[in-house]
Amino acid sequence: MWRFAGKRALAALLVLFAISVLVFLIFFATPGIDPAARIAGRNASQETLTQVRASFGFDRPIWVQYGLMMQHLFINRDLTSFVNRGSQVIPQVMQAIPVTLSLVFGAALIWVVLALIMGVAATAARGTVIDPLILVIGVIGVSLPVFWLGEVVNLVTQSRLHDTVFAWVPQLGYVPLTDGVGPWALHLLFPWLTLAVLYAGIYARVLRSEMVASMNEDYVRMARAKGIGETRVLIRHSLRTSMISIVSLFGLDFGALIGGAALLTEVVFGLQGVGKLTYDSLQNFDLPVILACVLYASFFVVLANFIVDLLYAWLDPRVRHV
Amino acid sequence: MSEPLLDVRDLRVSFRTRTGVVTAVDGISFTVGPGDVVGLVGESGSGKSVSMLSVLGLIDNPNCVIEGQALFKGRDLLTMSDDELRAVRGQEIAMIFQDPMTALTPVYTAGWHISEQIRAHEKVSKKAALARAVQLLDAVGIPNAADRVNSYPHEFSGGMRQRVVIAMALSCNPSLLIADEPTTALDVTIQAQILELLKSLQSEFGSSIVLITHDMGVVSQMSDRVMVMYGGRLAEAGPRREVMRNPLHPYTWGLMASIPPTDGTRVARLAAIPGAPISPGDPDRDHCLFSARCRFVSDTCRPQPELVEHIPGHFDSCVLPFADRVELRRQAMTPLEVAP
Amino acid sequence: MSEPVVDEGGLLLKARQIAKHFPIRTSQGKQLVQAVDGVSLSVRAGETLGLVGESGCGKSTLGRCLVRLLDPTSGEVIFDGVDITTKSRRELRTLRLGFQMIFQDPYASLNPRRRALATVEEPMLTHSLGTNAEIRARALMLLEQVGFDPSYADRYPHEFSGGQRQRLGIARALAVAPKLLIADEPVSALDVSIQAQVLNLLSDLQRDNDLTYVFIAHDLAVVHHIADRIGVMYLGELVEVGSSTDVYTAPRHPYTEALISAIPVIDAEAEMRERIVLTGDLPSPIDKPAGCAFNPRCHYAQDICRTDKPTLQLLDDGREVACHFPL
Repeated sequence: MWRFAGKRALAALLVLFAISVLVFLIFFATPGIDPAARIAGRNASQETLTQVRASFGFDRPIWVQYGLMMQHLFINRDLTSFVNRGSQVIPQVMQAIPVTLSLVFGAALIWVVLALIMGVAATAARGTVIDPLILVIGVIGVSLPVFWLGEVVNLVTQSRLHDTVFAWVPQLGYVPLTDGVGPWALHLLFPWLTLAVLYAGIYARVLRSEMVASMNEDYVRMARAKGIGETRVLIRHSLRTSMISIVSLFGLDFGALIGGAALLTEVVFGLQGVGKLTYDSLQNFDLPVILACVLYASFFVVLANFIVDLLYAWLDPRVRHV
Repeated sequence: MSEPLLDVRDLRVSFRTRTGVVTAVDGISFTVGPGDVVGLVGESGSGKSVSMLSVLGLIDNPNCVIEGQALFKGRDLLTMSDDELRAVRGQEIAMIFQDPMTALTPVYTAGWHISEQIRAHEKVSKKAALARAVQLLDAVGIPNAADRVNSYPHEFSGGMRQRVVIAMALSCNPSLLIADEPTTALDVTIQAQILELLKSLQSEFGSSIVLITHDMGVVSQMSDRVMVMYGGRLAEAGPRREVMRNPLHPYTWGLMASIPPTDGTRVARLAAIPGAPISPGDPDRDHCLFSARCRFVSDTCRPQPELVEHIPGHFDSCVLPFADRVELRRQAMTPLEVAP
Repeated sequence: MSEPVVDEGGLLLKARQIAKHFPIRTSQGKQLVQAVDGVSLSVRAGETLGLVGESGCGKSTLGRCLVRLLDPTSGEVIFDGVDITTKSRRELRTLRLGFQMIFQDPYASLNPRRRALATVEEPMLTHSLGTNAEIRARALMLLEQVGFDPSYADRYPHEFSGGQRQRLGIARALAVAPKLLIADEPVSALDVSIQAQVLNLLSDLQRDNDLTYVFIAHDLAVVHHIADRIGVMYLGELVEVGSSTDVYTAPRHPYTEALISAIPVIDAEAEMRERIVLTGDLPSPIDKPAGCAFNPRCHYAQDICRTDKPTLQLLDDGREVACHFPL
């Protein structure tokens, strides 16, 4: 198991390195574009331009530029956003990270639990009317665009029914965990639910179809022949084996969400997460911020996949020897 | 004669499909006594597997209709509640299947599987169950049982995996073991090992075995009694020596003649049965189902014949005159020199 | 001690020291699966050579090497005087008209989207063996030869039973009028009664079309029935070769003896007769034992068997055995 983990960790590091080089080249080595001008922003003064050139070493060989950029990003952490009048990039990103992490972790927990309940219930009730009913609920969840759903939720909780049913719902925005778990969770409750609805639907469907297929497998029949109760067969044999294929799906989704795909949810609910930050920086074409966001996003996607690989091996012993 | 362990009476299993009713088992009756080894022989579509699966309630199809009685130690398995049936499965009647590759949930170890079965029926601690699992693995001939108890199914070879399955099946000392083609997926030298293992365990524990197979040789080697199934019905049943030496039903003749001689002689052609094994979906069951492929078919083959006991203990369901059987058998089992 | 010498005149197929190794990566690093490890055999025109053995013995791999569906790692295959191992893909194309293969799984080897007639016509069309009308007529004739009513020509594979699909595969193999047919476990997946029909069909076709067969199977009784000569394989090597009846009734290699003994027979008289039951599993072709490959499971093994690998030798009764102490 350790060898497996070690190999995967090495692979992950290599992937990260490759991504950083690729991203760097795209931004700074595209012919015809003057990266200095891009970084300095529109209407930059001449001295700003010179400052930028010196700071990033644009008159030096490409690998030195790469090295300097990485130094600015990770070692000195003094990457400056010139568009935003000299504000520091890294602290901005670091502030946005906990917001996104809170949102995605909470939503993921809710959607996994929901999907498990819905998937297992649909499998246990297969053949009856409950099975397609659950799946239809899932489809509805998938079909509602998250920004629409979010706005509707806001409409209901923040304005229409704010004085009556939803008086306890706080203002839009994020409250850090350090201010108390209660307020933190309360502010994130509806964003969590909104984001989870979409994914719960997909995962319930996938889980159900995997489990129903597994119920026809020899090992399920063998388990029944042993005199095991139906519930245990469902959970310990069918679900346990079906979960394996859910895990890799989860890894991709989770990684992408942390990397900024939760953008729409963040915008709708006024959460200053990484998604929102990326969105804003794209509006302003604030190159250093974009660069930092992209690298941050890819780091988390790679990390998520790495964890998923480990989880996969832990769940399925057949994979460990590969 | 002591009371039979398993007494199946007029068992019928059919499936409702969109195209009509498919009859998989069409009224079979037989008994299994304590310590008996009964061989149930048939080809695809004969209903041999379905009949035993239905007795244990293992058919997971809501469109399946089961009729008749299956008395185990006097209690009818087909009318038992789910809880009662679950108590019987694994503890009093154990079943093993053909493909050892897919019989065990791949994410749990051999020890876990055996332990799960024991703890489903007996109140023992995890530790005690695991210790018993090691003993069982040893008893079925798995080397290094103490280590192998923590191995996963995919870490065993086919023959070893089947041994694990056998160990698991016998963990609660069942009085009846149903083995559904247990060696078909294994190489012939491994098959010999497994059959020998089953035979020795059977004599040591005194359990009865219903051995389902398509291989007449396996049946001949292992069983005390033989039952030949065709089209969901019993074509012939009797003591092994009787049936092998003096088969009475044309289907049995055909089956035995289809196998190349094993005594060292060679023949140019085999006395094969023409046509294909009957499909269970055929609605017209008012005649002997084998008659479509039988050389000796006549009008007397309609309506469907019943099992008749011509020789004590030896039953068959053919309407051909008993006196003619020996001669007809000789004809049926002599291969033709050229194609008809 | 002599190299088997056969009269080269009537030989249709001759294989010399065929080896096929598959490099794989396992948890122990790079390893070599020695699927076929130095096999030499010959087949006369008109005869049936049976190749028998259990899982991992390499018989299927060998069969594929003989028709170059797999390229041998080393060794030569000489078909009708021509060394096909050195031919390019283009040159092989016309040579392939001489040898064809039928497979074990009749469903997997037929294109499910093609009707029966089209399946049989395809090889002829590929090689342009006549006008469309001639090809069609020959295809219909072949379907009849394997026992199909003309109405079956328009059916799809899924509308056939297992035995019927196998007949279709045979008809397809015969389409180009080959001289040699390699049958890789053609009846293993079939019911016993259907198996007998297909075996009869193969005998009839051999007689009517002057065919030579290499019949690969794990069932020694079936191979003994259909083959004139038998080659027994174990872990990629030929351990015994001889006439069918001789090998079956008087085996001279300990593995052959155990294999025959393991076959369950319909012997009304026998209780559990004295059988030779081999201990242990079939070893893997990755990690072959030193010396004789069979020595760990052999009842007669002696010291020399663990160190020196025996080669296939011709004994005075015409048998070839790879053993230091032939029975």
